[in-house]
Amino acid sequence: MGPFLETLFGGLMVGMLYSLIALGFVLIYKASGVFNFAQGAMVLFAALAMARFAEWIPKYTGLNNKFIDNAIAFVLAALLMVVVAWLIQKLVLGRLVNQDGITLLMATLGITYFLEGSGQALFGNDIYKIDIGMPKDPVFILEKTFQGGLLINKEDLYAAVIAAALVALLALFFQKTATGRALRAVADDHQAAQSIGIPLDRIWVIVWSVAGVVALVAGVIWGSKLGVQFSLSLVALKALPVVILGGLTSIPGAIIGGLLIGVGEKLSEIYLGPHLGGGIEIWFAYVLALAFLLVRPQGLFGEKIIDRV
Amino acid sequence: MNAAAAGVTSTDAAVAATHPAGTTAAAAQPAAEAVRSSRRTGDVVLDVRNISLSFGGVKALTDISFDVREHEIRAIIGPNGAGKSSMLNCINGVYQPQHGSISLRGKTFRHMNSRQVAEMGVARTFQNLALFKGMSVLDNIMTGRNLKMRTNLLQQAIRWGAAEREETAQRRVVEGIIDFLEIQAYRKTPVGKMPYGLQKRVDLGRALAMEPQVLLLDEPMAGMNVEEKQDMSRFILDVNDEFGTTIVLIEHDMSVVMDISDRVVVLDYGKKIGDGTPDEVRASPEVISAYLGTSH
Repeated sequence: MGPFLETLFGGLMVGMLYSLIALGFVLIYKASGVFNFAQGAMVLFAALAMARFAEWIPKYTGLNNKFIDNAIAFVLAALLMVVVAWLIQKLVLGRLVNQDGITLLMATLGITYFLEGSGQALFGNDIYKIDIGMPKDPVFILEKTFQGGLLINKEDLYAAVIAAALVALLALFFQKTATGRALRAVADDHQAAQSIGIPLDRIWVIVWSVAGVVALVAGVIWGSKLGVQFSLSLVALKALPVVILGGLTSIPGAIIGGLLIGVGEKLSEIYLGPHLGGGIEIWFAYVLALAFLLVRPQGLFGEKIIDRV
Repeated sequence: MNAAAAGVTSTDAAVAATHPAGTTAAAAQPAAEAVRSSRRTGDVVLDVRNISLSFGGVKALTDISFDVREHEIRAIIGPNGAGKSSMLNCINGVYQPQHGSISLRGKTFRHMNSRQVAEMGVARTFQNLALFKGMSVLDNIMTGRNLKMRTNLLQQAIRWGAAEREETAQRRVVEGIIDFLEIQAYRKTPVGKMPYGLQKRVDLGRALAMEPQVLLLDEPMAGMNVEEKQDMSRFILDVNDEFGTTIVLIEHDMSVVMDISDRVVVLDYGKKIGDGTPDEVRASPEVISAYLGTSH
């Protein structure tokens, strides 16, 4: 029982981080029908900005309080992501309104390379550290219940709590505020939303900004875990099976899909790994997504589109 | 229950207050018909001049002109493919006509999108429902108040006092509309799950929430049974009477149009073939031949 629970918790915590990145995809897809291939690049870009700002602030201002430095760096990076969102809307997507989905997808592919390139040009292409004081030491819990207790990675636990809090905040924002209601309206029907006076371009800037800030949080967490480097943009690839599993249009789907993938890959590694020769964690998510595509192409919570014939 | 009842009366008052042009329900009901004919013919609110619209080589509208006067119910009728919806979409800013002008209270609008038209006080409903299906009735109608909201994103996010008060005030108006349309029982129901006729009412409610000066209705009775048509006709007349809203209406069902509208424009193949009171239009040979075919 002990090892099983340990794996389960580990999977849930990693899954929460997958959810966070998947959330970025879902937010933008829901509101604008754009499959944002650039989500991973946004994570990298945001993490690079955060890492370098946190480095530059003490250097140029002489402020040496780590908490304040990090806080300012985070706010600056968030503002930068809002500016990026605004630019993407003004320069690219705003000019492609009513184009085919594939055109928009190609546009975000272009944005991906631009963000990856400009991010490294602006902020450098070494490996950088983000140190927000996450505890690195594992702890044992429930030592009385299980022999040897359960080994929990504190860093993962904190990250999962932060991710969960962010998701909850977003859900509240979407459900309880007037702007959130306008966002949901746009996601449902562009034309109708416009006819009641909801400004589409402003809503899209807000959505991309929110996705940018979500990317920043994901980037900070993953960055402090793995270091900020180019491979961070590949973490987003892990979110693809998550959105296939959960459905591209569902926020709860992104969360539950992330948790399922996180738990699934950890459990399969432990229990199937020995029989299949290990390394399952790397491809398990994709096989699961493939199986889902065959059985439920709209995902667990996605909308089933029934066309009139 | 008492609290709810008190809430209803106060929301009615709120609606009446927000529509200063309208008379109250009590005053309007008894002699509605008499009032309707006497209070008519205000100034021209909406003026459509020489509108031509084509898609590639297809001419959807050719040189259409008509006006809409304050407080009137103006119908646009015509056989299938006559260009009725195209006309409405021009007024609503969905299509940009190649020629001609449309002006609202003397202000000409060219190259405006739907949102800018909405800001000028024109609301619309849709032929094929375009409601926000995943959202509740309340939320759908609340979105119609979007243009009335003044607080910013940040205030809403932290539920600042002003945002909270605004939400409550807007909610009060929306509750009044829900009562007016008699859909209280469906307040929290996702509209996708409601019967078709009621969804049409929600569509109307969302447009009403904008407190429009001009309301465009795109086939409000399409696909309805007789009972639902009667209900909808009653709501349209009530909106017109109580709120004084000017209504432009597209409809297929001739009998309904003739009963509720003050003046009728008839289109056929993108051209105007008739314009006048229901009786005049009904007597016009051109209109008869367009609808029934010529006898020779």
